[in-house]
Amino acid sequence: MDELFHYIIAKYNYWASLVLLFIGLYGMIAKNNLMKKIIGMVIFQTAILLFFVSIGAKRGASVPIIKFTADKQPLLEATAYANPLPHVLILTAIVVGVATLGVALAILQKIQRVHGTIEEDEILEDQRS
Amino acid sequence: MKQLTFIILIVCALLMLKAAADLPDWADPASPASTHLSPDFLEQGYVETATPNIVTVVLADYRSYDTMFEAVVVFAAALIVMVILRHTPRKRGKTILYRPKREGRDTILQGAAQLIIPVMQIFALYVVGHGHYSPGGGFQGGVIFGASFILIALCFNLRFAIQRFREQGVLVCVAGGVLLYAAIGAICQVMGYNFLGYTGLASILGASDVMARSYGILAVEVGVGITVMSVMVSLYYDLASSGDLDEGL
Repeated sequence: MDELFHYIIAKYNYWASLVLLFIGLYGMIAKNNLMKKIIGMVIFQTAILLFFVSIGAKRGASVPIIKFTADKQPLLEATAYANPLPHVLILTAIVVGVATLGVALAILQKIQRVHGTIEEDEILEDQRS
Repeated sequence: MKQLTFIILIVCALLMLKAAADLPDWADPASPASTHLSPDFLEQGYVETATPNIVTVVLADYRSYDTMFEAVVVFAAALIVMVILRHTPRKRGKTILYRPKREGRDTILQGAAQLIIPVMQIFALYVVGHGHYSPGGGFQGGVIFGASFILIALCFNLRFAIQRFREQGVLVCVAGGVLLYAAIGAICQVMGYNFLGYTGLASILGASDVMARSYGILAVEVGVGITVMSVMVSLYYDLASSGDLDEGL
């Protein structure tokens, strides 16, 4: 029982990102509207970003900006700061995510312009006729 | 079909939860991610570059190749959106998905925007310039600056925003930011160091090796900021008007 409790409480960040991950994946697979599929993709992406950032957390640590002691000496102890690497990766990933979302929306507008709809089954019907 | 998807996904989720048992605990200081590379960054970053914000150091110095090609990805996305949406023959005529807003109607909205936008732009410049000492940098500052132009377009109308920041200017900024980044790297190479090895800037700037890396980070962040700002504006212009740039939200 104690072990199960530890499994749930000490790893709740994985639980949270896993729930978001599968909500996004379900949206991408099961929804018929292409806009909803894109929303599912964004939720999926956010889950991965949260997963990465949660890895960087460290107990008793502060943000990774070097602090200075009273006599102006930098405090250079790795245990005092959170891991900066996931933050860097996610910082670039967020902006690239926005750019790819822009491309997805552009393709969606093109589809709407050609087929007159963004429902998947209606597009397939339109292509057959 | 949907039920089948749902069941398969639940099974996958349970398998991944099982695998999560082997991952390190939340905020564990002894986790693999926090023990191999990051102590070196945290202990050597300030000594080697004189920049307290280690995220900025890793972004623009240790991993500067990565950041450069992220900027190229964003640049490519802006071009692709433009190429996809512009000048395409329409099969069914243009459907108006929105009613374009007329100019000069919303006094409160436009007055508030006029108050907020200069503050936003100065704050964006502060975020870029102060990225060495506080959370911030080129990506964040660029997004805030781009958001100020989007706010102009939303509160007035798209044509008004395009008069202020024309598309040619946007495209010059998109390419210029990436070029500034690559130029800094090329200057370092001409001076006999590696591509993006900022110590090559030391003799040009007349600074020590450590300070040259700090200045190099700043120059690169400005390049990233310009690219991200203009890409946000470019994406909005194209997506809000379906590529026509005449009338939009």
